[in-house]
Amino acid sequence: MTDSPKFDIKERREKLWTIAPMFTEGTPHGAALGLKFVAVDIGRATISLPYNAKLIGDSETRVMFGGAVTALLDQACGLAAFSALEKLDSLATLDLRIDYMRAATPGETIIAEAHCYKATRDVAFVRAIAHDGDSEDPVASAQAIFMQAKSAPNKDEADDAKAAETVRGGTARA
Amino acid sequence: MTATSKFTEAQVKSVLSRMPYSKLIGVKPLLMGHELTLIMPYSQEVIGNPVLPALHGGAVSAFMELTAITQLALQGGHTKLPKPVGVNIDYLRRGKPMDTYARALVAREGKRVANVRVRAWQESFNEPISMLHGHFMAARQKSNG
Repeated sequence: MTDSPKFDIKERREKLWTIAPMFTEGTPHGAALGLKFVAVDIGRATISLPYNAKLIGDSETRVMFGGAVTALLDQACGLAAFSALEKLDSLATLDLRIDYMRAATPGETIIAEAHCYKATRDVAFVRAIAHDGDSEDPVASAQAIFMQAKSAPNKDEADDAKAAETVRGGTARA
Repeated sequence: MTATSKFTEAQVKSVLSRMPYSKLIGVKPLLMGHELTLIMPYSQEVIGNPVLPALHGGAVSAFMELTAITQLALQGGHTKLPKPVGVNIDYLRRGKPMDTYARALVAREGKRVANVRVRAWQESFNEPISMLHGHFMAARQKSNG
């Protein structure tokens, strides 16, 4: 990113490493899938999804379901966006695009690496790839847009912001 | 909906049973005539934000993909399950802690690839929480690819 961040980088990194697991193992769906937090930095996030028989999309091929890879990419993109925005506050996904380049190898852990390549005041643009060991041979790629929830007029958004603060143990104020 | 072939609940269940992932999110079929609606019942497993609470975007997306594949598999009578090539998902409303429904419309089915649109809703069909459109490889009959 070209813009200089409007927050203390060291403090932000420390907060991110504390908060990030709540985006993965910490959500009920993340736990059901088996998402694992790997790493986070400002504008970057890595999350993995170990192979599990529950995640199979085709019992004939035993390939992991495309939708499971989507959920993994969605979560990685969300964390990358969260880490890059001015305020560490709750986010809404506007849209997500996934390209499935090849079938994931049965048995292999899928790793999603997301990069927020541009963050404005309210909007974050993110790209991500999912691979099973070799990032040069991705399983899928993603492109997503996120928007910062405003703690103002809209009740839904106000609820989102409040919940985010509760989830993140009051660390949301940057 | 486009002209659909007739299929039964047993056939829908048979397709779902070939996708173990459908069990993880608890997908069930609802047939009205020959129009298929799938249900993702509310469960703790599909929650993304436990405080709101709100459904996980990834669970809703996967549910819509599964709906597209099921509709295509039934409609095209494919021996192999269709595979996604690329999908676009718009998140329109927060998924509330309640049952979610999805229905797929096959916009075009070619020899190798099909374009499918899926709508997911909760309280009202006219207030979708999310919509998906994308392409799926669905080889008719024998040849795959």
